Amino acid sequence: MADPATGSGTTDTSTTLAARDHARAQGTRQVEHQPTVPPSAATDVVDRTGAAIAPERMLWDDRVPPGGVTSRVIPRGAVVRLTDIDGDACANVLVYNAAQPLERLNVADTVKVQWQAYLGAGSLVLSDMGRVLMTVLADTSGSHDALCGASTERSNTARYGSGGVHGSHPNARDRFAVALAKHGLDRRDLVPNLNFFQGVTVDDDGALRFTGNAGGRGGYVELRAELPLVFVVADTPHVLDPRPEYTVGALRVSAWRDEPTGRGDPAWSATPEGERAFLQTEEFVLTMEAAR
Amino acid sequence: MSAGNGNGMSVMHDEVLEARAPWAHVVEPGCTLDIIDLEGNQAVDCILYNADDPAERYSAPDTITAQGNIFLREGTQLVSNEGRPMMTITATSCEYHDTIGGACSKESNALRYGFHTRHEHACVENFLLAHSWRGMGKRDMTSNINWFMNVPVEADGTLGIVDGISAPGLSVSLRAHMRVLVVISNCPQVNNPCNGFNPTPVRLLVRR
Repeated sequence: MADPATGSGTTDTSTTLAARDHARAQGTRQVEHQPTVPPSAATDVVDRTGAAIAPERMLWDDRVPPGGVTSRVIPRGAVVRLTDIDGDACANVLVYNAAQPLERLNVADTVKVQWQAYLGAGSLVLSDMGRVLMTVLADTSGSHDALCGASTERSNTARYGSGGVHGSHPNARDRFAVALAKHGLDRRDLVPNLNFFQGVTVDDDGALRFTGNAGGRGGYVELRAELPLVFVVADTPHVLDPRPEYTVGALRVSAWRDEPTGRGDPAWSATPEGERAFLQTEEFVLTMEAAR
Repeated sequence: MSAGNGNGMSVMHDEVLEARAPWAHVVEPGCTLDIIDLEGNQAVDCILYNADDPAERYSAPDTITAQGNIFLREGTQLVSNEGRPMMTITATSCEYHDTIGGACSKESNALRYGFHTRHEHACVENFLLAHSWRGMGKRDMTSNINWFMNVPVEADGTLGIVDGISAPGLSVSLRAHMRVLVVISNCPQVNNPCNGFNPTPVRLLVRR
């Protein structure tokens, strides 16, 4: 029988040196879903205009398996591109101001301040401190959700029979909790999240209607970090996805250096509420940089 | 709403919370909290915590996905971030209540209405003060309920706080399923119709 770790026909781990050789022999293996390290080795990344991203600008490239999670600290100005590899991802996203992680995504303010429940190109992702965390630069999907949050072990167990992250139906909330812990954050920081690539609409009587994926294979959303961010994304089935089997496609997360939205950019002044949010963001950066 | 025990319940706590003020109170399992909109169209911002483990707290997403509807009505279970029912709306004479509109803050008021509102009192200020009484803080801020507030969502996704559907004397009754720390901000907002542009007192009654 072939060694599952190395694919080789022989396995000798009887001594430390043999075990070391065995471990090292695995190092060049590649699987479908894994990070590109260094990120500059990701030479196929393009932006919303179709332009290739120069390797030296690349910050992060990760293919997240269905049910998985990934997170990074990313600098202000960077562009994050979420790609729906299989046309069925559900990117559960949480965002924090890396300079003061007490400041975080607020989905209620995001929809209330913009007078709009459905996210799309041009939407701002707002913090609980009245600032812009991210700007949605491009969106080929148009089917997202800012209301329904993330699955729990309890909800996945009710739906699929199990929900623990150690099993075959990992839940988003525990994926978040573990990722947040790696940034010094805990369950009290685990606030309601955004979901990209799986949509929900609200009927006149308030009923929630799951509309699912609209962007298909290769659909993408590009977001710009307007502050230094802790960016966390779990790829797990939407909590209202009615399919009886645990169903979610893989997700690619790529990020590269760029400049924050500035005065004069149409996004800056697209709405009066958004302009004040950019101004409050600028004010924060001004004092933060001056205090350094 | 009778303050007496004509229905076999005894009054544990009875208080008129002044306009614009914070409030925090532990409601024991089996007890009922009545929130009475004394003068009509007064938004009452509210967060629930498991009093024995405040990391478990009310979750708007878990509540609306559990019932498949954004409006809180009679029979709605108020669900925690752990997916457990914390309280149930056992009665409400106001047809429905909001849980997607969030709480007003000085910071978000500045976005919605202009920088001139930056020093006006706001619900997040009340919540943070109430948290400070118990060693809690900003990390404990989370999604909230807006009793007596009306936030419709149009077909194209447009949403907003519009004129209320409450009236003087309307009330909502909440039965606790665990020891629930109820934290309330009697909303001070004067820039939108959630309080009829006139914040007023509410009555808070706990019955066993």
